[in-house]
Amino acid sequence: MVAVLVNIFGTENVELAEDVVQDALVNALETWKFLGIPDNPKAWLYRVAKNKAIDIIRRKKHSRNFDFSDPQKQLLTSEYTLVTTMENYWQESYISDEFLGLMYACCHPEISRENQITFTLKTLCGFSTREIARAFLTSEDTISKRIYRAREFFRKNKIRPEIPAAEEVVLRTSAVLGTIYLIFNEGYNSTHSDRLIREDLIFQSMHLCRSLLENKKTRLPEVYALMALMCFHASRNDSRLTPEGEVIVLSGQDRSTWNKEMITLANDYLNKAAFGEKITTYHLEAAIAYEHCVAKNFKDINWKAILGYYDTLLSISFDPVVCLNRCVAVLEWEGPAKAMEAIQELADNRQIHKYYLYHAVLGELYKRLGVKEKATQCFEKAIELTHSNQEKRFLKTKIDEL
Amino acid sequence: MKEYMYIIRGGDDVATMKSPEEMQQHMQEWQKWMGGMAEKGQFVGGQPLVMEAKSLIEGGSKVIDRPLAEGKELIAGYLIVKANTLEEATEMAKGCPGFEHNCTIEVREIKPME
Repeated sequence: MVAVLVNIFGTENVELAEDVVQDALVNALETWKFLGIPDNPKAWLYRVAKNKAIDIIRRKKHSRNFDFSDPQKQLLTSEYTLVTTMENYWQESYISDEFLGLMYACCHPEISRENQITFTLKTLCGFSTREIARAFLTSEDTISKRIYRAREFFRKNKIRPEIPAAEEVVLRTSAVLGTIYLIFNEGYNSTHSDRLIREDLIFQSMHLCRSLLENKKTRLPEVYALMALMCFHASRNDSRLTPEGEVIVLSGQDRSTWNKEMITLANDYLNKAAFGEKITTYHLEAAIAYEHCVAKNFKDINWKAILGYYDTLLSISFDPVVCLNRCVAVLEWEGPAKAMEAIQELADNRQIHKYYLYHAVLGELYKRLGVKEKATQCFEKAIELTHSNQEKRFLKTKIDEL
Repeated sequence: MKEYMYIIRGGDDVATMKSPEEMQQHMQEWQKWMGGMAEKGQFVGGQPLVMEAKSLIEGGSKVIDRPLAEGKELIAGYLIVKANTLEEATEMAKGCPGFEHNCTIEVREIKPME
């Protein structure tokens, strides 16, 4: 509903759109408490939101903040056509297009990545400012500022929420996928909260990705690949934590709890991703995730294949985190000495040195080579760098095991 | 491009005889006609008018509780459009769905004052 209203009011009035939806929902809760839930709750909500929108247009059409210069929007200014035009905006067939249009607007390449994520979570996923602040360990004030900046950007540049034209869709979708993936990552392995796995963020990112798949114009191979990747990863959620919420490593996970339906679904998506002219990083990451999900046991993992995928990933572009992950594959396939050689490539990389997993991996290498002091140092550095209490506890047990 | 006003009169007696479905269909015609003009950048604005009125007469000293003209002469609404000539504006007006309800349309150029 927010997407439809943003289409009507313009991207400079996103807050107004959110207010209307919120009012409609509150209205619904209060009314349905007494009258019961109507037969068609969606239609009811749409009707209420539509009427509020008509009201707002009538009152505010001469306000500076409304741009009715678009030929279709002009008809909103005349009572001859206001109601009919409003009805047209709420046609079911347009609504998915509008949702996607808003997604592309939120992930506009000229908005910073953080602002993209913030805006997407707020506008498309309905997160409150406080929830977003908590997810990324910043203050509500910072989040409010980000939202303000994004809104100003929309206003100044008259950004229209729309699915990009065919010649731009690949590039713009790449930005959207990047944002979706970051949201997924935060949900999959939250570094900022007391819950390591945040199902709400996982759910939202998968929902956003699925929406892209539902529209012919945005149904690109890399979108299928990202969907496959997320499904493979999410299928293992039940095995990753103890009942008390502590971390269980891959070698210790109970594979019988892995969600087989989701793995089948992921496989299906991966197959569907195999069209088009190029292999993207999502394809390769999905392939790696596939190898993990189909291995019967930890010892059956095809590390050689995984290593090959990492090599291809690095040949597409160098990414320190990918390089680090590759070192883990080398560790399992060729042993700690070879892995230690491999990790030297990151010795001078200042960016990765701020990443707790780099030190955790280094610690693990020293541990397996029997160099206890260095191992302890590394694990302690890792503990310093992560905000997650569960990760901290896990790393402490690693030190205790030495 | 100049601006012209369409003064739309009458049609109310026919409209009140129509069913809600027929009226809805009728408004779709207005949507099409005005939408077409908007697409071509010809539409500026326009509103339908409520029947009830007050009129000031006799030099503004008297107020009566009705419009100055009734029935066929009652002004039902107005539109403001852009066109190059009076002829062009008149041609555009031919598509008005109000004619189905026996409206009349007077086409007048907006007067640029010195």
